[in-house]
This record gives sequence, structure tokens and C-alpha cells, in this order.
Amino acid sequence: MTTTRAAAILLAKELRLEFRTRELLSATIVFSLVIVVLFSFAFDPTAAESRRYGPGLLWIAFLFAGSLMLNPSFAREQSNDTLDALRMAPISPFAILSAKMLANFIFMSLVELVLVPVFGVLYNVSLSGVAGRLILVLVLGTIGLTVTGTVFSAISSHARMRELLLPLLLLPILTPLLIAAVEATASLLVDQPELDRTWVALLAGFDIVFLTASWLLCDYLIEE
Amino acid sequence: MKGRIATTIVVGALIFFAGYAALFLAPDEKTMHVIQRIFYFHVPSWIAMFIAFSIVFIANIAYLATRKSNWDCLGVSAAEVGVVCCTIGLATGPLWARPVWGIWWTWDARLTTTFILWLLYISYLLLRGLLDDPEKKATLSAVFGIFAFLDVPLVYVSNRLWRTQHPQPVILGGNGSGLDPTMGKVLLLCVIAVIGVMIIVLFDRYRLERLRHEFEELRLEVETRDLTPASILGKEST
Repeated sequence: MTTTRAAAILLAKELRLEFRTRELLSATIVFSLVIVVLFSFAFDPTAAESRRYGPGLLWIAFLFAGSLMLNPSFAREQSNDTLDALRMAPISPFAILSAKMLANFIFMSLVELVLVPVFGVLYNVSLSGVAGRLILVLVLGTIGLTVTGTVFSAISSHARMRELLLPLLLLPILTPLLIAAVEATASLLVDQPELDRTWVALLAGFDIVFLTASWLLCDYLIEE
Repeated sequence: MKGRIATTIVVGALIFFAGYAALFLAPDEKTMHVIQRIFYFHVPSWIAMFIAFSIVFIANIAYLATRKSNWDCLGVSAAEVGVVCCTIGLATGPLWARPVWGIWWTWDARLTTTFILWLLYISYLLLRGLLDDPEKKATLSAVFGIFAFLDVPLVYVSNRLWRTQHPQPVILGGNGSGLDPTMGKVLLLCVIAVIGVMIIVLFDRYRLERLRHEFEELRLEVETRDLTPASILGKEST
């Protein structure tokens, strides 16, 4: 079986598993909404201030939500030792890893699909004129978040206190992604929005570096 | 053993003389005066940290390639020594910055990068503590170590584009950089001395880790042996 086909089958399995209950998605969406609402109480921003701090708030909410949502990705394979079964199948380990990455990318995109419009409404930020460019930034940022997050979820699933460990491993690594994504988003929320290409290039660079690294190292991650 | 004592004495003398040179032999700096002397230990600790973290990276790759536990022991030893060097750098920086810049800390490219570096390698050590299976511990922490090292240039570039305030390097800045020749010599001495200390500590830490590893293996071997009186007596009679 080719890696692509194996990954597609495994992706379908991941999606089926999640959409049966939708518990991970709904919990993550509510969690990210809570962060956005709490921010308003903590800082009580004016219209100008929410434009200034909005991009940062949005990405902090995504990063926190992501670092919690990615936890079960590998951990839930452990209760029935299903990862061992997957390992025994004659497919490349990258198929297993990439299926999980894609599934997490889809889940995270759905969270963003809900959160971004809500954010626009709650903080009076008009997003309609820049939707296309904003989606580009969101997609590049989410790829970086889910690629590194899925790898670290595989690492932390073997450890004690894994729920606490994953954010601890993930968030410092994501600093460059956070800076680049916030700056790129901020360049779209000013009066004359023009996408800052430097930051988009940095986001793409981050994605390429860690996607390549996880492709090279996935044998060690999935092995017994 | 004799060789180790000799090197320890040599490096000890070196670091003592380096401290003396930094405090008394180096000329006074024109505007910053005595506070500038902290730089003779600030810069070397960064260089030593950089060497230590590079050793972690090499050891991580070598472990994944060869699966020899020596490389894993080297990785964790170098990470611990690197974190200590990083802590020294992070502590001496603000001591200098407070009188010179007027602030303890600023979110500048170099400062932020090293702070993130410090967090990354502390998470590396924490991760090792939370993984129980020795094989898993070595493999997974090596993967994390490689990811962490790959992140460093990205952190630096992103912070560099973001903002920078740290003084530009004057050491290799050519003739016009304003560095007194004596200052350069004292700095070189301090760099050698601090790297010497780093290597001695790293070597001892590595030996300790090897012993721990050996002990752990022996313990596992004893645990799996059948130690009931009947089996021991049975063996003796045959």
C-alpha cells in the first residue's frame, strides 16, 4: 500500500472517530471562546486597543487551545494499545504521523473557523476585506502548530503528567511562529491592510523546517 | 585519575588568573568603568553555552544513528552544563544592563533568544525526568533535542526582525571597533578558562551518568534473575 493511500485511510479513521462524538472539537472551541472573553474582562480594551492587541489575543487563544487539543491525538491510542496494531500494519510510520497531522489540522481549522468571526464581532474588527490573505496566514500558522504539536503529542504520550508536559514542550518551540503569525495578522488589521511578506516567509520557513524534520525522524517516534 | 587531577589544577589556576586579569589587568572602560568587567565572564559563558548545546545536538543525532547509550549520557550531561552556562549568562546580563541601559531586561533579539533557549533545554531535562522507560527516554528526548536546536535560528531571526537593542559585537569588528588590545587578550584568556571549566564539569557529569546507567542495567539484571533458595542450591549441586 502506498503511503498516500495508507494516510488517507487513517485520516478517514481519525475523522470518523472524532465526528462520532465531537467531544474534542466542542471542548476546544468552548475553551478558545473562554480565553477570548476573559481577555476582554482582564484588559477592557477600547476599539483601537482591540485592534492593537487583537492579533496577539487570537494567536494566544489558538496556541493554548491547540496545545490542549493535540494531547489526545496519541494518548487515546494507548487505552487499547491500538498504536501497536497500527505499527504492525505494513505501512510507513510517516503515514500514521501524517494522517494524525492532517486530522489535527482539520480540527484546528474548524476551531479557527468559529473563533475568527466571533472575535471580529466581539472586538469590532472588520475582517471581510482581508479574508483571503487572513486565511493564508491562518493556514500557514496552523500547519506549523499542528506539525510540531502532533510530533510532541507522540513524545509526551509516553511520559507521566503528559497533559502538563505537552504545552511545556510545545509553547517555547512555537515562539517564532507566534511572533510571525501575530505580526502578519496585525499587518492585515490596520487601516490600509497590506500583507507583510517577511512574516509570511518566516511562517512558511517554520513549516518547511519542522515538516522535513518530522518526516526524517518519524521512524524513531512511532517505533516500539 | 592523575591526569584528571592535573587538568583540574591547571584549569583551576587558569580561571583564578582569568578572574584576576578581568578585575585588575584589563584597562578601565571609558564610559561604563568597573561594571564593564562583568563582560569578561558574560561573553565566555555564552560561548561555553553554545558549545554545550551544539554537543547536545550532535549527541542526539549520534544516538539516533547508533543507538549507543554513551551518546545519550553525553547529551543529558551537555544539556545540564549548557543550562548552567545559560543561567550564568542570563544572570550577569541584567546586572550589567541595570546601570548601563537603566533597565534589568529588554525583549531584544539576543536576550529573548537565549531566554527561549534556556526554557527549551529545561523542558528537555524535564521531559527526560518524566519518561520512565530508559530506551524511550533516550530516543524521544533525542528527537525533542533536535527539534529544539532547529528552532534556535528561527527564534533568533524572528526576534531580530521584531526588535533589537543588544550592543553589536565589537570583538571581531576590525580595527575601528574600539576594543583595547589588552581587553581582547583578557577576554581570550577568560574564554579559554571558562570553556576549560565547562569541559571538566561536562566530563565529570558524563562519568556520573555512565555509572548511573551501568547501575541501572545491573539492577535490572538482578531483578530478572531467579533468586529463590531452591534455584541457587540447585545450581550449586550441578
